[in-house]
Amino acid sequence: MSDLMAARTQMATSLGFHIIFAALGMGLPLLMVIAEGLYLKTGKPVYLALAKRWSKAFAILFAVGAVSGTILSFELGLLWPRFMEYAGGIFGMPFSAEGFAFFIEAIFLGIYLYGWNRLSPRAHWLSGIPVAIAGALSGIFVVAANAWMNSPSGFKIDANGQPYDIDPVAAMLNDAWFQQALHMWIAAYVATAFGVAGVYAWGLLRGRRDTYHLSAVKIAVGLGLIVSVLQAISGDISAKWVAENQPVKFAALEGHFETESRAPLIIGGWPDPETRETNWAIKIPGGLSWLAHGDFNAEVTGLNEFPMEDQPEPRVVHLAFQIMVGLGTTMILTSATIWFFAWRRKRFALGPWQSRALVALAPAGFIAIEAGWVVTEVGRQPWIIQGVMRTEDAVTQVPNQFVALGGFTALYAMLAVACTWLLLLLAKHPPKIEELTHEDAAHAVA
Amino acid sequence: MPWRDVTFDLAFVHGAILLAGVVLYAIFGGADFGGGIWDLLARGERADGQRQQIARAIGPVWEVNHVWLIFVIVLTFTIFPPAFSAISTALYIPLSLVLVGITLRGAAFIFRAYAHDVVLAQQHWGRVFAIASAVTPVLLGMCAGAVASGDIRIENGEVTSSLRTPWLGAFPITIGLLALTTCAYLAAIYLTVETTGALQEDFRRRALGAGVAFAALGTLALPLAWTQAPQIWDGMWTRETWTLIPAAIVTGLVTFWAVWTRRYRLARVTAVIEVTVLLAGWALAQYPYLIVPDLTYGEAAASHAMLKTTLIVYGAGSIFLIPSLILLFSLFKGENPAATGAYGASTGELQPENLTTTSS
Repeated sequence: MSDLMAARTQMATSLGFHIIFAALGMGLPLLMVIAEGLYLKTGKPVYLALAKRWSKAFAILFAVGAVSGTILSFELGLLWPRFMEYAGGIFGMPFSAEGFAFFIEAIFLGIYLYGWNRLSPRAHWLSGIPVAIAGALSGIFVVAANAWMNSPSGFKIDANGQPYDIDPVAAMLNDAWFQQALHMWIAAYVATAFGVAGVYAWGLLRGRRDTYHLSAVKIAVGLGLIVSVLQAISGDISAKWVAENQPVKFAALEGHFETESRAPLIIGGWPDPETRETNWAIKIPGGLSWLAHGDFNAEVTGLNEFPMEDQPEPRVVHLAFQIMVGLGTTMILTSATIWFFAWRRKRFALGPWQSRALVALAPAGFIAIEAGWVVTEVGRQPWIIQGVMRTEDAVTQVPNQFVALGGFTALYAMLAVACTWLLLLLAKHPPKIEELTHEDAAHAVA
Repeated sequence: MPWRDVTFDLAFVHGAILLAGVVLYAIFGGADFGGGIWDLLARGERADGQRQQIARAIGPVWEVNHVWLIFVIVLTFTIFPPAFSAISTALYIPLSLVLVGITLRGAAFIFRAYAHDVVLAQQHWGRVFAIASAVTPVLLGMCAGAVASGDIRIENGEVTSSLRTPWLGAFPITIGLLALTTCAYLAAIYLTVETTGALQEDFRRRALGAGVAFAALGTLALPLAWTQAPQIWDGMWTRETWTLIPAAIVTGLVTFWAVWTRRYRLARVTAVIEVTVLLAGWALAQYPYLIVPDLTYGEAAASHAMLKTTLIVYGAGSIFLIPSLILLFSLFKGENPAATGAYGASTGELQPENLTTTSS
């Protein structure tokens, strides 16, 4: 394995690991605040139990997220020193802002976790709100930096290829930021909501048919429906942006080789870079033109328009894109079905098949996030800064990169095992149900 | 470093902020590492009590204190990108090991706290936490020593010196051990303020022992600087900086006296001053070099626009950060009469909620 490939793999592993914790870091505080708010409003202990339970899980996840984020901030320099030397002084500002957001998140998380006995109920609830806001802002700022790599702006390049006339604010407010940050922000809520729903649906299937489990699913699927529908809208905004601004990435993610008007939407299939065709796909005539440009007859640029050395790997990018969209659609349909039946019966309940579907979808949001990042990162290759710097020119001069790759992969594997074990331990000790109110428990499950 | 050579420009201001970040990481984050070191060295019939007090002191604040490191890293790559790039390359090995240490320390601490039903796992993670807490500051100190030693060479933005050895000299290793004792020293002194009775006496003895080790290593580092980090050595004895070493010695002696006579709150203040003086003295002795001897703050600085805009971000961020930090520390580090249990028992015990949620 070349040093470049090893460094790319290490970066991908690190990002892929961290993003799960980062997404939960944005999503779980929102659920905590909702649950504790419901407790303050209704006085039902079940909501307090949920808030406490989620805060415990979050404490574990946040710590792992904090240390894995630290690894990433160092890896920017350890793996891509030439990139950081070039870009640090241009796109660094959102990282500075993110630092402050991270501070606020950590401070109020400390207060929230350790302050149950030190604050009034209202003050305690309020201390959770900055955690949720700062957590979301951290993600939004970091995505600004990534968006700059897709849409470099706020500088000019002189004859020697060096940047000058730098405007850090323009770099931060780059064109890609809004759509990317929006998509990631909502994605965090989608993943968390369906992850939580799946965990408690599993409890329901295992016979724990009580208010505690049903309330958790209700909150999670409620949030899940709202955010997964919003995510579809945000995805459309992103797709149109990419079609306009990164046509080569768009062609790769759609598996679209030949430039044509009235281009078909290619669902599924396997792009063959040799024959320059995507085989075994369902093709909807004009669909791609409409998605990309809002017009069934619009022309959509194909991969073949670009030099081979500027093309990303279409098989990886197209597959990842199909996974993301497919899972997103499934999550919308599942949560919509559950709420449709709840509306018909005039109360929230889950049948066994609905529970099973939710259990199956528990990892869906996270897989979709990973797939989405594969689309945006592999889709940008061979560039680390789109059109400005190639990834191969950014990599460190330190040899034997496979050693660090092996070491950090082992570290992540160990953290994943330990973290999963602890969360399972947490799940084995549900709150004492007899101490919760029973009012809804009797007719909780259909 | 004669003052007349100083240009009080934006690069200098950011250099000062960078120093402030390092100092804050040392006195807050360093003490958290120190807590882990004392966890590793917990002995005697009160070993469990010592460990509990350490966990109680670190619990609510260690993640916040850790963010100072992130702050330092981000400032370096935003404001001084070539320095970040060169350090990341020249110190690739120790920095990678630092990352492993930081990861294991943080993860193991939280894993131990939430595995307290399973004794074996708790002991295992406790050991990982303690060892990682001891190893990480040594490596960080070695990196700092290497940056000052003059053994990292840069030409045209490329690191030309060895990618393996600059952190392995006698001077960096001594600085690594000095960092270790600094962490232990600060932690022991802080813990005397946060404990009572026999535990307080335990940490008093540890503070005195660490103080002696700290002084001994500091004394050893001086002649080593003379031979192996001449830039630092010369910088320490200019007309403007010669008072710093004597000042550190005096505050060190005052701290020792204060711990000896059980004036712990005073000792906490003077120990913080001592460490601050030492780090500031180091930075001044090294000035104008960010990486001795090939990269100055001025050469490494990003564009004027970036330096200016980032200052505004820091100003705006501080409006949120400073009151929040004060709130956190006043809640968990001071006496808090409001610590009555609105949500349950009024023990005010600084443990995460027990695994079995019964308080509702």
